[in-house]
Amino acid sequence: MTVDLLIDWLNTIGDFPVLAFILAVVISGIPLFLVMALNAMVAVYVERKVSAFMMDRIGPMGQGPGLHAGKWGLLQTVADAVKLLVKEDTVPESSDKVLFKMAPFIIFIGAFMGLAAVPFSQTLQVVDFNVGVFYIIAVGSIGVIGIVMAGWASNNKWSLYGAMRSAAQIISYEIPAGLSIIIPIMMAGTMNLQELIHFQSGSVWGILPNWIIFNNPFSFIAFFIFFISAIAETNRTPFDIPEAESELVAGWMTEYSGFRWAIFFLSEYANMLIVSGLAVAGFLGGWQSPIPGLFDSGAWGLFWFMGKVASLIFIMMWFRWTFPRLRVDQLMHVCWKVFIPIAMLNIFGVGIWKLIFG
Amino acid sequence: MYRDFGTIFIFILMGIVLVYVPLLIQQLVAPSNPNPDKLATYECGEESEGSAWVQFNIRFYVVALIFLIFDVEVVFLFPWAVVFNELGMIAFVEMAIFLIILMVGLAYVWKKSDLDWIKYNVKYGRGRYASLIEKNPSSQES
Repeated sequence: MTVDLLIDWLNTIGDFPVLAFILAVVISGIPLFLVMALNAMVAVYVERKVSAFMMDRIGPMGQGPGLHAGKWGLLQTVADAVKLLVKEDTVPESSDKVLFKMAPFIIFIGAFMGLAAVPFSQTLQVVDFNVGVFYIIAVGSIGVIGIVMAGWASNNKWSLYGAMRSAAQIISYEIPAGLSIIIPIMMAGTMNLQELIHFQSGSVWGILPNWIIFNNPFSFIAFFIFFISAIAETNRTPFDIPEAESELVAGWMTEYSGFRWAIFFLSEYANMLIVSGLAVAGFLGGWQSPIPGLFDSGAWGLFWFMGKVASLIFIMMWFRWTFPRLRVDQLMHVCWKVFIPIAMLNIFGVGIWKLIFG
Repeated sequence: MYRDFGTIFIFILMGIVLVYVPLLIQQLVAPSNPNPDKLATYECGEESEGSAWVQFNIRFYVVALIFLIFDVEVVFLFPWAVVFNELGMIAFVEMAIFLIILMVGLAYVWKKSDLDWIKYNVKYGRGRYASLIEKNPSSQES
């Protein structure tokens, strides 16, 4: 999409196909990285403020000049980023140094590749795959390799335990998430994210937007299964036993410091953006307006998409300060004995619904 | 098609650069005075005991095995879901048979209590499971 548009534009300047292609990808990739960084910075700030309001505190409030904290603590995350950049980078003596240094790269690349297929608006999408949904699900699990690598290479008992828990959790919750995202594909008959969103235009009964979540009772259930599984896949509370501060210190991130750790953090927030984006594109109408036919063109698409994604991320933060952490056996119980059977029956349900009502 | 995945290939290279450049900047601006205590593995402030590279709990292996089967199933479902609208009844029946076989598998694993994190309700267990209830009535190791 964006890449194709940029190539067309570059072709008007001169005839250099390979260079134009590389240039187009880089030009569309740099803003994506900035989105990733900005998303993490805003999300960290919002998370602090949200948690503060939910705990009846004030949160970051410094008003000093310069980088100290800014008004309402607005510069807090900037100060954090600078601190992480100038912090000493330690690599433990007894660790496996090659794997230890490689892990942040793999986790970051997984998140960055996933972001490439997120449909921010009608035209703002780096690549429009014909297998978009499948691609995001597939690339999203590259992160697990990095997590296990980080945990194993640290040669730290907390890290190893956190990595193992994280791997077990992420791969388990990938199945209900995968089974639930199949339902929008069944409804629309396509894996292309743009076509999936176009399928959801118009309205039902003149009031509700024609989003897949409102299409039938099974897709309504499927959305919630997908969203909860997505929270588990991003290792957020209440599913955060892999990095439970009170028992595992920080899980697989224990031995990391400075910018290497910041990359993990960046990727975690990018993953939140990706899974929310997939949930929005699959169930909540993507960049379609919630009021059918109103504010539905041009830049409004970006506004609606980011608005929906931001609300889902806010709900994730809300969860964090509402629910206590699940124990590891409860976690596995919810996934294998509740979500997977329901998700499978959901597929039957949607199949029968489609055969009866067309 | 080649253009789509060529983009992703360049994205991988870009990802490497985008991580590597900040790390280089950090090497320039951050202090570096390591000492043996700083580079030791963290273990709650105690001296770390031995290596962490030990044999690990079999439960994680079982979860990985079950995951493998079900994930392959999900991969089969994706192309089916795309053409479901066109094929209609036949596709539904065929996938229903496939799903039911897998659900029987899930039921078997469930009954065998491989889905339980703490397995002390194995009815027909042999070997070390046979006397687990008597030995350890309230084992809550995580």
